[in-house]
Amino acid sequence: MTATDPAPLAEGPPAAGSPTGARTPAAGRGLGGPAVALLRNRRARAGLVLIALVALFCFAGPLFYRTDQVTVHLDLAELPPGGGHPLGTDANGYDVLGRLMAGGRSSLELGFAVAVATTVVGTLYGAFSGYVGGVTDSLMMRVVDTFLAVPGLVLLLIMVSMFSPSLGGIILLLSLLSWLSPARLVRGEVLTLRTREFVQAARMMGGTGPRVVLRHLVPNAAGVVIVSATFTVADSILMLSTLSFLGLGLPPPNADWGTMLTGGLDFLYDGYWWLVYPPAALLVLTVVAFNLLGDALHDALDVRLKRT
Amino acid sequence: MPLLDVRHLTTRITTGRGTVRAVEDVSFTLEAGETLGLVGESGCGKSMTGLSLMGLLPPGGGIAPGSSVRLDGRELVGLPARELRRVRGNDIAMVFQDPMTSLDPTKTIGRQIAEPVLLHQRCSRAAARERAVEALGLVGLPQPRRRLDDYPHQLSGGQRQRALIAMALANEPRVLIADEPTTALDVTVQAQILALLASVRARLGMAMILITHDMGVTAGNIDRVYVMYAGRIAESAGTDRFFHDMRHPYSQRLLASVPRLDQDPLGELPTIPGLPPDLLDPPAGCRFAERCPYATQRCRTEEPVLRGEHGHKFACWHPVRGPVPVAAPRRAPADATAPGPGTATTGDEMSATLPAKRAVSARGPGQPARAGGPLPATTTAVERDEPAPAAGVPLLEARDLVREYPVRGARLPGRARRVVHAVSGVSFSLAQGETFGLVGESGCGKSTLGRLLVGLDRPDAGTVALDGTDLGSLRGRALRRRRRDLHMVFQDPFSSLDPRMRVGAILREPLQIHSVGTAGEQRARAAELMAEVGLPERGLDLFPHEFSGGQRQRIGLARALALTPRVIVADEPVSALDVSVRAQVLNLMKRLQAAHGLSYVVISHDLAVVRHLADRIGVMYLGRLVETGSAEDVCERPAHPYTAGLLAAVPVPDPAAERAKRGHAPSGEPPDPVAPPSGCRFRTRCPLAQARCADEEPAPRAFGPGHAAACHFPLRAPLPEQPDAAGVVPQVPTK
Repeated sequence: MTATDPAPLAEGPPAAGSPTGARTPAAGRGLGGPAVALLRNRRARAGLVLIALVALFCFAGPLFYRTDQVTVHLDLAELPPGGGHPLGTDANGYDVLGRLMAGGRSSLELGFAVAVATTVVGTLYGAFSGYVGGVTDSLMMRVVDTFLAVPGLVLLLIMVSMFSPSLGGIILLLSLLSWLSPARLVRGEVLTLRTREFVQAARMMGGTGPRVVLRHLVPNAAGVVIVSATFTVADSILMLSTLSFLGLGLPPPNADWGTMLTGGLDFLYDGYWWLVYPPAALLVLTVVAFNLLGDALHDALDVRLKRT
Repeated sequence: MPLLDVRHLTTRITTGRGTVRAVEDVSFTLEAGETLGLVGESGCGKSMTGLSLMGLLPPGGGIAPGSSVRLDGRELVGLPARELRRVRGNDIAMVFQDPMTSLDPTKTIGRQIAEPVLLHQRCSRAAARERAVEALGLVGLPQPRRRLDDYPHQLSGGQRQRALIAMALANEPRVLIADEPTTALDVTVQAQILALLASVRARLGMAMILITHDMGVTAGNIDRVYVMYAGRIAESAGTDRFFHDMRHPYSQRLLASVPRLDQDPLGELPTIPGLPPDLLDPPAGCRFAERCPYATQRCRTEEPVLRGEHGHKFACWHPVRGPVPVAAPRRAPADATAPGPGTATTGDEMSATLPAKRAVSARGPGQPARAGGPLPATTTAVERDEPAPAAGVPLLEARDLVREYPVRGARLPGRARRVVHAVSGVSFSLAQGETFGLVGESGCGKSTLGRLLVGLDRPDAGTVALDGTDLGSLRGRALRRRRRDLHMVFQDPFSSLDPRMRVGAILREPLQIHSVGTAGEQRARAAELMAEVGLPERGLDLFPHEFSGGQRQRIGLARALALTPRVIVADEPVSALDVSVRAQVLNLMKRLQAAHGLSYVVISHDLAVVRHLADRIGVMYLGRLVETGSAEDVCERPAHPYTAGLLAAVPVPDPAAERAKRGHAPSGEPPDPVAPPSGCRFRTRCPLAQARCADEEPAPRAFGPGHAAACHFPLRAPLPEQPDAAGVVPQVPTK
């Protein structure tokens, strides 16, 4: 580990031309570098715009387009698009456009909540496990393996059928299932990071474990964490839709895209297309948008890592 | 007609940021059997020249019209890809720098060497395999037939480089381009590989282009030197002529900035201020003008042409005459001429770009900066309540240190416990203000020893004592407080600084950990530290990746200084840096030592660096200190055959000295530290070894005041046996 570092690599061309950061200081400020790289990426722009549109539609939409999503109006059931209902109504007489907004709201809320919860828990768990190492690390990772070995959907179905689910409950359940992969990702990252010399330098100065983990390891693992959080949003939305599609989602009158799909499928052969395609399209669009963003984030953060 | 005739070679690389003018108007000729050297710092276009000849430019790269590369009269520029492929690997072959990454880890050595044969010659697989055996034999790999089915990871670094060379030689090329073939290797292995290249060149009558940044390698292995700077040829001459009568200031400074083993390390090294220009937008006029002490207005506006006669050409308006006069002749009485540390006066480094230089020089190198600093004296002096060092107690003392790592998987039941004997009973001591240098090949345990000293690792046996207090006996708070006195500077300036933290936060971190001063005082201290290592204060708000390697190493030094430690352990502090930058950092280390009364433990594989910095040197081999003594004793009067071998392996930047070199570098590579040889661990590579060396471990014997070596058959007569009055015992034999 002594002589293998080739000299010419060190004084590489990127920095060679600018003595003492003569480059514009803004270039490397905070997340400025990756943010700029991200916005240059076409997929990232597409993903961000789509997410913004969906969010706007779900959260700001109801302010302008008020509908009653609580009372059943069987007299207004299964109206085709037109008149006062741009996308028609469903079997319960709910306005489909309004219901799409309400359903999207719970989907997005769930997606973000799960992403944040799993990221925080998973990151800390993984970082601690990787940093401590040894037997503790092995034990902590076996716990993760055990959880991963349980088929998630089956567990969810059992839990949901035992307890009547609320949005909060489903968030909790999904979080319990999906903190595992960020934990493993972060642990892997930390295993390589902790051998880096800056981590050793902090330990040598007398830095405590929590300090090393929080100040050095977690910020440097942030790249993988952010990317995985983005994908978690998409995965959770899909998972909620799956549950709802199986009839085990949020109980009525709560709305979500999965339940709308199930309801619509019953009438597909009747030609009631407006009950199926709009929620399906929105679902696909949202999931694709988050995946686009996740991919682009991955690239952008990677570039930064290469540059440093 | 020359074998290779390169004329006006110009290479451009289009990148996202613009067009890099990587190689500009390079011309040279090469005869069969001749070795030509492309010499210069990194980023000067040496490698790009080599890759251009091979037609292996990176994406976006192209050779500009008007360039010509003729091999035996045949024009290669503009040749269709198909034709060029026939030349590449057949007539012209290349050896790359890093043997660790240049071989495919999933294919056997045999298949990789046979590959170019199968590509270029009509022959069967069996015949290609035979050819591979021949090639491996040619490069001196023992038992080539058995090695064929080995994978790269089963070979050592030196063996891999041999395999790479075998691959390049498989088709008996007429021109071999070797791009820094030994930079990633140990000096001993470097000597072997260079000797190998010279012998195959002679045997096959090849022409060779050797790309290197090392003036020592240049002096010993090259017939004609081409110094490149910023993509252009700065000077070209025959090697002897070059070293004695160089005309370009860049050549002169490049040579002068290398610490030399054959000179006493007096004062500071001359340096080249600043960095090479950005080739995206090279300056008008002479490209070296900005860093040149002789530059005038003309240099900045008018580009110098390559001129000269008798095969000695240089591109400079104000040529110099020969190398910088050597400051002190070898073997000068050291006590008579040596000025104390701190009287060194050179201050020209960094003067070009950095405003902070004022702050440093205003304070003067001799005055301790911390005394006048904004950090209250109470926090540094009182809180520490250090015991007055008792007379005779060394500042830092290592005693019988042992560190053994279990081999992976060895804990499984049913397997014998196998351990890597990284450090096996090492003792030495360090006095206040002294520098102790540790040298040895990679894997000899010197880095592990450094980690033990600063407490990054705990010894399995033995003690590290600071001021007579055993650090191993301290826990918690007391240990943390002691740690303020011990700090480390790491090798890799790219991984030793947290990429997500601003430099200011990096410098404040040690102060925060030890709760020294208020936030404002910490910020002031960070600014002061920046000034001390010659960086501008505005750098505090930047991230590490915005600095060059040398500047990052300065930041590493600043961080090490933050808590005003008394001992700094520097593990390969300059080996990742370019030649001219290396000199700047070495000078800075010396200056800081003088200003703060620091003690250093300098760990390096580079004897010249250690010689330059150290008062005393310890030579390590396979976990043991085989020789210790004053720098002069060890370098001039080595007693252990290993020390002598190491010294012989270091290339000296003087053609005459290289030719006159006596002694041989140790052959082979160090044995596996899992099962070190019995008795003397060096015996397997020692030219003097006898039966006794295998049976009995040599005890250290004194060869002079403070000079001791552990060898049964030393190169000089030891002092008569007596209780060692000086108390310098390099190691106590352990059973």
